[in-house]
Amino acid sequence: MTAAETALALQEKFPGAVLSITEFRGESSLMLTMASLIPVMTYCQGELAFDLLIDVSSVDNMGEDPRYVVVYELYSLTTKNHLRIKVSVSEDDLNVPTVSQLWPTADWHEREIYDMMGIKFTGHPDLRRILMWDGYPYHPLRKDFPMGGLPSDMPDVAFSETAPLAGGPFVTSSGAMDRVSAEPRAKGEK
Amino acid sequence: MSTELTHAAYDSKIEGNIVFTQLDAAMNWMRKNSLWPMPMGLACCAIELMATASSRFDIARFGAEVMRFSPRQADVMIVAGTVTYKMALAVKRIWDQMPEPKWCIAMGACASSGGMYRSYAVLQGIDHLIPVDVYISGCPPRPEALIEGFMRLQRKIQGEQSFLAQKKELVDALSQ
Ligand code: SF4
Repeated sequence: MTAAETALALQEKFPGAVLSITEFRGESSLMLTMASLIPVMTYCQGELAFDLLIDVSSVDNMGEDPRYVVVYELYSLTTKNHLRIKVSVSEDDLNVPTVSQLWPTADWHEREIYDMMGIKFTGHPDLRRILMWDGYPYHPLRKDFPMGGLPSDMPDVAFSETAPLAGGPFVTSSGAMDRVSAEPRAKGEK
Repeated sequence: MSTELTHAAYDSKIEGNIVFTQLDAAMNWMRKNSLWPMPMGLACCAIELMATASSRFDIARFGAEVMRFSPRQADVMIVAGTVTYKMALAVKRIWDQMPEPKWCIAMGACASSGGMYRSYAVLQGIDHLIPVDVYISGCPPRPEALIEGFMRLQRKIQGEQSFLAQKKELVDALSQ
């Protein structure tokens, strides 16, 4: 069974669970409803032998509703299939059920998403920050977080300050015609 | 201290074993030739620090081969790498645990200024937290550059007047 066939089979097996299937360059992505995430994932891990969770990541589509997407990359070492599963997370309810009971590797991936994006994973065994320190008040990978950071202070634990970006040249925007207009200094970012 | 030197009484047993100098000069000479580093290796620069310590560049030629992982036995902290905010206070704590006299070398762009990391996560130069004696440019600096920084620090130590300053302090305290 190829990945595309797997996607169709899943759609058939779980009616109403699959919101959309996207095919791009031989890769299949399924958008699921939040309620069907755990049943579908359990089925994938068990019956469909997707025994490897390559990565869990999150996307911030600021300005859209729902704002966030959590993306799971599944791979099967037996059938050599790759499947991408997505769920949308709205800003009002930042809770996603954990999959760490299915793939233990999800534990740290979900902690990273919680740290950087602020999405909470319900049922997670140990949902602490993983990169920033406990008590850091922000989620730095959100689009509305300034590149240079924000000041914070926890006496004796850690502190942070705003970095002087001076028109920082370290992020480029794609699609610009030349280097100068691609750099944020051209966009007047501080 | 009298600057006039007098002859020691002649004693054939100790002939040639006496050197006349100033106390400060003698202390500085000893200090600068046995600088024990605290290797604060935090990122890629630490690799060059390790290269400096090993046989090809051989920092032992400057009496600084004794990397001390206990701050209490170290004289100079070499901050080699990116100082994240998460690590910053730990670096400060280790610095505070080092006994005086102590010096600090900021090795590389990151330790000196945050380097390429204009970021929410990185301290923009270790001199925000601890006083730095020598900054070394480069990303990473070559071992030769670290050795050059070391020699600069030695030159700086040679010019210090710690004993004289201590005496002045004592005189000031007594005259109050
Ligand atoms: S200055 Fe360059 S080599 Fe040194 S720690 Fe920073 S990024 Fe790494």
